[in-house]
Amino acid sequence: MELVVCLKQVPDTAADITPLPDRSAVDPAGLSWIINPYDEYALEEAIRIKERLGGGTVTAVTVGPERAATALRTALAMGADRAVHITGPELEGSDPAVTARLLAKAVSRGPSTRSGSPPPSLTGPSRAESRGGAFDLVLCGKMAVDDYHAQVGILLAQHLGLPHLSCVVKLDLSPDARTITAHCETDRGTEVVECDLPALVTAEKGLNEPRYPAVVAVMRAKQKPLETLTAADLGFSADQVGAAASRLRTLGLQSPPKRGGCTMIEAEPADAARELLRLLREAGGVV
Amino acid sequence: MDFTFTEEQVMLRDLVRKFVDHEVRPLAESIDREKKVPPELIKKIGALGLMGLPIPEQYGGAGVGEMGYCIAVEEVSRGCSSTAITIGAHTSIGSMSICLDGSEELKQKYLPSLARGEKIAAYCLTEAGAGSDAAAIETTAKPEGDDWILSGTKLFITNGGIADVYVVFAANDRYLGPRGGITAFVVERSFAGVEIGPEEEKMGIRGSSTAEVHLEQVRVPGENVIGNVGNGFYTAMKVLDIGRLGLGAGAIGLSREVLDLSIAHAKQRVQFGQPIIERGMVQAMLAEMAADIYAMEGMVYRTAWMADQGMKFGCEAAIVKMFCSEALGRVADKGVQIHGGMGYMQELPLERAYRDARINRIFEGTNEIQRIVIARALAKKGSY
Repeated sequence: MELVVCLKQVPDTAADITPLPDRSAVDPAGLSWIINPYDEYALEEAIRIKERLGGGTVTAVTVGPERAATALRTALAMGADRAVHITGPELEGSDPAVTARLLAKAVSRGPSTRSGSPPPSLTGPSRAESRGGAFDLVLCGKMAVDDYHAQVGILLAQHLGLPHLSCVVKLDLSPDARTITAHCETDRGTEVVECDLPALVTAEKGLNEPRYPAVVAVMRAKQKPLETLTAADLGFSADQVGAAASRLRTLGLQSPPKRGGCTMIEAEPADAARELLRLLREAGGVV
Repeated sequence: MDFTFTEEQVMLRDLVRKFVDHEVRPLAESIDREKKVPPELIKKIGALGLMGLPIPEQYGGAGVGEMGYCIAVEEVSRGCSSTAITIGAHTSIGSMSICLDGSEELKQKYLPSLARGEKIAAYCLTEAGAGSDAAAIETTAKPEGDDWILSGTKLFITNGGIADVYVVFAANDRYLGPRGGITAFVVERSFAGVEIGPEEEKMGIRGSSTAEVHLEQVRVPGENVIGNVGNGFYTAMKVLDIGRLGLGAGAIGLSREVLDLSIAHAKQRVQFGQPIIERGMVQAMLAEMAADIYAMEGMVYRTAWMADQGMKFGCEAAIVKMFCSEALGRVADKGVQIHGGMGYMQELPLERAYRDARINRIFEGTNEIQRIVIARALAKKGSY
């Protein structure tokens, strides 16, 4: 079974984020970077599927600057078999639509043999192979926690001509590995959907608890194949990618306004309640 | 000269940081209160590979060298000193004794389960009459056929209460003393005659196990001698060099935690109408804490690099031990001071940090002994 996971490197969610003085981007100084948490659920799920099947291949793909290679190596340490890094200065400023087009090209070209041959499939010819396709299941996070676009996964499904299931909190694979049953979180409740493979799913918090890679796996991650591709390698010209091709432009970033201080009411409970009520009334029709 | 960590080292640091944030720091308060690192936590730490960091991969370790070991210990120490000390005593003095001088058979026999954290190691040198004067040990080793019979009592043994494997230094020849008269043995807890005393009640690192190890006519097979008979004191001293380095790494971690908490508190705590970080006296304390940490970081990682290059670093390890433990003391003291009355309360981790810091000036050789080691090296070389 060919499993593809698309992931993005984002600033550590615990980090103190400040915009650059010109407000064009987040100040990268001193930031630590992590795999987008939703993408990490997708990755963990792919690895678990592979482990349950006792075979298959997990390929991690990212679009991002040089530093994003560390996210791929972390994915390799967690259990991905190979990684594809789409990178280059011309990709700077790509919006979700451009990112999805790049990913679609990389994903549909299938396993590469450029940087070492892929590990042999243990389950015999997968559906992907017998179909001549490159994958059986593509997994993405439902969105990235840095820009909250929540577009790339769904756009990617469209480009690949795949059905997609969003915000998946539980994923089961049929015994013949041809169908998935996904529990999708919606505003109204959980939707349970069955879907033939190939398909694309986006992961929601709760899907699983991602593992910590062992230290030894971290140290060995460099021994696994990591292929670096440019836009040109994927058949895109420089004006088809990056800010030039993006219809979405970031005009400026600013930190959210500081919250006002809180008022402590120090009095006997009955008096405190009266005072609280008065304040709430004054605050402009709260009650 | 390149001071950056490799990509693997950054990944290792991030991995341990994440693990500590989620799995260790939240337990630190209860580890201190319950005076125990939960065995389940040690299991998780072992599964991650943190119980065999510098042990070569061929013996089940992670093979990350002293550099990788220090990076990880610094991170664990940020979250919980007791846990860091448990890892440190197990790895850099317990297992390391076998790793450095043990025979191939001995390494094969003990290191894999130790490196995976399935078994815990302890290092047993100190005795009632042999603290700083470590060569004065009275635990005896008498040959009997191919075996050795060990008798004596080891004191203040870190991991004593939880270990499965004890590296015991015993006198096989009182007359020769440290020069040929002390031998290192691997003693299993299950050997007849091994008895472990009750847990000691301590000022700090209360979650770390400290106990007496009694040896009553314990029969140890000859193959469990580490290195050559009579060379134990050299093993003991070499291992302590490594232990002192790791101690420095732990001191960085705890110091950094204290400084980060202090910065946050100083920015948020308002007195006289403004955050106290606007006050010169608080600023001075924060600046001095940062300078101490910067110095610690520089010397620990430079010395770790020397160790990984195979260079001699005994004098430097003593400097690291002395400086970092004292710098940590200064940092912890200022951290409590910046937090004021709250810093003295058990509700905040500053009080624990202050208690946990103190042992570092005592164990792995008191700082007075470190000064002797450093001064002797200076006298021998005539310059630095």
